[in-house]
Amino acid sequence: MTTRIVELRRGILKKNDELAAGLRERFTSAGVLVLNLVSSPGTGKTAFLERTLRELHARGARAAALVGDLETDNDARRLAASGVPVRQINTHGICHLDAEMVAKHLDAWESLALAGLDYLFIENVGNLVCPSSYDLGERIRVVLLSVTEGEDKPLKYPGLFNSADAAVITKIDLAVPCAFDRELALGNINEIRPGIRIFETSAKTGAGMDGWLAYLAEQARPS
Amino acid sequence: MHELSIATSIVEAVSEAASAYPGARVKQVRLRVGALASVIEDSLQFCWELATEGSPLAGATLVINKLPVIVHCDACGVDSEIGGVQSFRCPRCGELAADLRQGRELEIESIELEEPEPKQPESGAPEPMEEHI
Ligand SMILES: Nc1nc2c(ncn2[C@@H]2O[C@H](COP(=O)(O)OP(=O)(O)O)[C@@H](O)[C@H]2O)c(=O)[nH]1
Ligand SMILES: [Mg+2]
Ligand SMILES: [Zn+2]
Repeated sequence: MTTRIVELRRGILKKNDELAAGLRERFTSAGVLVLNLVSSPGTGKTAFLERTLRELHARGARAAALVGDLETDNDARRLAASGVPVRQINTHGICHLDAEMVAKHLDAWESLALAGLDYLFIENVGNLVCPSSYDLGERIRVVLLSVTEGEDKPLKYPGLFNSADAAVITKIDLAVPCAFDRELALGNINEIRPGIRIFETSAKTGAGMDGWLAYLAEQARPS
Repeated sequence: MHELSIATSIVEAVSEAASAYPGARVKQVRLRVGALASVIEDSLQFCWELATEGSPLAGATLVINKLPVIVHCDACGVDSEIGGVQSFRCPRCGELAADLRQGRELEIESIELEEPEPKQPESGAPEPMEEHI
């Protein structure tokens, strides 16, 4: 018997990366800004997105949302109330969305024309670990963190926080009752992802939404 | 827990690469995994056994080479390795360093194959003679 070493130097998730690159090209040529929203379960992704979609809709922007969950279409039904097109992806036990699921659901979504959209939001499955490895072809990855879940979340999940392009602190209406240490949370996010844009919002009161909507408009403008 | 999907992706990629060497057995698969790749080594090893069981890769060992994070500091103009993943600062000057140069890798570096010996002419056998007419 002889031994042979074969150098592969190949990304393990190469298939996903290639599919995601194809999606990104498709989104860019359609002129739609795609955002991937990631957080723990219960952080408030759906509530934040609901509010965002409602405000965008009211301002005449054209948005749509794909929402991932293990089971149920509850979130899609909540989001659809905002008046924009919404589609549910059920992963049936898989803890993250991948590029193939996104591509498949976009292809099956016949009534949706990407070129007619300004924004497409993808709500990922609630999980702070697994989604970080899976590119969905998004241009902006948004990590969300609520005031109720501890200021040290960024230090516990550096892989995901470091991969994000923007961070949203949610439920700031609960900051006082939760004795939320704002400086500590902002510092921790910045330690893991220096210079990242951070928004502090409440889906309940609407606080901080203006800054977030201005950021969206700025990012959507063709450069 | 996405280690099982990762293990399955490795099995697929390695099986494909190994199929170019008929008769070879995969003995070892070596990975390069960055400290920020969000992969837990123990669960990947556990899932590796599940994913390879009953496949042509059964029994192959998985070696995980962990790569530290390397950042580029704009102030110093230098790339440096940082200890851990809790703070992205240049170890020389202490400034925050957003420019990541290493740490997200999730790659198959190489595979080790065991191949049958190439067929040699048996010693002592007469050399084939060229016929001259
Ligand atoms: N007080 C308050 N509660 C919120 C806010 N956003 C979400 N919630 C609540 O937090 C819970 C989880 O929200 P949801 O949007 O389903 O979280 P997701 O799992 O990340 O999609 C729900 O009970 C929401 O009503 C907020 O801004 N303020
Ligand atoms: Mg949700
Ligand atoms: Zn420096």
